[in-house]
Amino acid sequence: MSSDSHNNQNNQDSSVGLVKPQQVVIEQPLKLACGVILPSHRLVYETYGTLNKDRSNGILICHALSGDHHAAGHHEGETKTGWWDNYIGPGKPIDSNRFYIVSVNNIGSCFGSTGPASENPETGKPYGADFPPLRARDWVASQRLLMQHLKIKCWAAVVGGSLGGMQAMRWSLEHPDELQHAVVIASSMKLTAQNIAFNEIARKAIKSDADFCDGNYLQHNKVPHNGLALARMIGHVTYLSDELMGQKFGRDLRSGDLLQGKTDPVEFQIESYLNYQGDKFSDFFDANSYILITKMLDYFDLAREYNHDPVAAFSHAKCKFLVVSFSSDWRFSPDRSQEITDALIAAGKNVSYIAIDSDHGHDAFLLPNERYQKALGGYLSKLADRLEGGS
Amino acid sequence: MNHKLDLIKPWIEPNSRVLDLGCGDGALLASLQEQLDVIGYGLEIDPNSISRCLEKGVNVIEQDLNKGLKNFADQSFDTVLMTQTLQALRYPHLVLDEILRIGSKCIVTFPNFGHWRTRAYLNFLGRMPVTKQLAYQWYDTPNIHFFTYDDFEALCKERSINILHREFMAQGVADKALKSVFPNLFTEIAVYHLSR
Repeated sequence: MSSDSHNNQNNQDSSVGLVKPQQVVIEQPLKLACGVILPSHRLVYETYGTLNKDRSNGILICHALSGDHHAAGHHEGETKTGWWDNYIGPGKPIDSNRFYIVSVNNIGSCFGSTGPASENPETGKPYGADFPPLRARDWVASQRLLMQHLKIKCWAAVVGGSLGGMQAMRWSLEHPDELQHAVVIASSMKLTAQNIAFNEIARKAIKSDADFCDGNYLQHNKVPHNGLALARMIGHVTYLSDELMGQKFGRDLRSGDLLQGKTDPVEFQIESYLNYQGDKFSDFFDANSYILITKMLDYFDLAREYNHDPVAAFSHAKCKFLVVSFSSDWRFSPDRSQEITDALIAAGKNVSYIAIDSDHGHDAFLLPNERYQKALGGYLSKLADRLEGGS
Repeated sequence: MNHKLDLIKPWIEPNSRVLDLGCGDGALLASLQEQLDVIGYGLEIDPNSISRCLEKGVNVIEQDLNKGLKNFADQSFDTVLMTQTLQALRYPHLVLDEILRIGSKCIVTFPNFGHWRTRAYLNFLGRMPVTKQLAYQWYDTPNIHFFTYDDFEALCKERSINILHREFMAQGVADKALKSVFPNLFTEIAVYHLSR
């Protein structure tokens, strides 16, 4: 899957190219944090690059709320690239010439891995609203089973933005000997009341759709399209910044005009954009997954079981950390990343923290940014040097 | 740099916790990590320097010293280092208080404005000195406080800061010979080991 390993280095435009998702049915029972046991579960994943001889160059990519396994390259017959193609590829910051990159769609999501839209073996019908509640640690536990399937004993790094960063942090506490580095981007140790409020509005939007049918819409051959679109519109606003929306849309009109004496309806560009994003999203995402994963976000509290002391929590970690924040991110603001960093320093852990200037809000972690690319690439290249026996 | 490392190395315990304020490209921390196995963190705001630290595997924290160090607990480090940065801060005396709150000891280096060459520059040319240690024009310099060896000694006395060690660095042969007799005149860079 990786292309020529010598010619593409430092070429930011290069891609992992054509990729094909793989899948595995993990037959080992998975006991979830809620107590429910999944007797088996399916995971869909992609890999980029080549696993080295001692199987030490694996990087796990953890996706966020609406992400999937398709992080880089393109699928057959499609031109659209994966969600983190800006950062994963030959010569890119997460360099597929040097690392074996594993990107998995997590359970509870809706892109092929076991989730609410999958068939419940007990009833023969989709799980729907009956899918057990999940915690970030369940994703970590499931990712660890995939790791064993791939015969990897220790990740070179676990990397993720937003909810992905939460998984990376959880990995560092739950399995301290099984990762060398955790890269925590635009993340937080727990959600604020404001974060939870936005998530609840989104869930309420979905549940208010008459086609939601208490979560069993698939059995009724329905989809709560409008509710999910509305949920996404709300979420989408929180991923952008006021500055960016101003630059991108301002008060530009898509139709009508604001002159007095006109009765025609007026549509702002931002209205049209948000409606489009909402509609597009509800075409491919599952409403129950959205509810499930936003709740997973709400429940996440890294230090809860450590007496609410982040320093005590991180004292269990053994890996090195890179923490990254973006100036205009108000969903998980730089203050949240600073808290992570301060706790890691106080716990005596190796940590670097970079605060990237960006107008792109929370979404900045997905978008090209020269400084962010250079910093992440520099950090991981040092790791690759070490793995390859350099300095 | 190696010369400076040799000077301060005896003052730093192996495996101790070191915070380097204004760590630049992380070269000093990298050496301390390698030679003394310290747990070190550098604070820096220059993006290029930060990238350089990351490439070296040095822990670097993006944080502006002028905005305070409140996120660091009292006595949470064995040594707080600040090399060639004091003269660039808005309130050097307050930062000195802060670093002695955070570290049980601190090491501070600064360019000595009392060096004879700087004095001669101002005296004879009537212009603000541009020297190897102070390599900027007055209108475009990060160095916003100019002070001498004697000024710093006076400040330490005034604020009850203990001077554990002091070292003088100079390049020229004559400077090297005379710096311990007339430190204020022949020291280019002053190096202090301090505690409260």
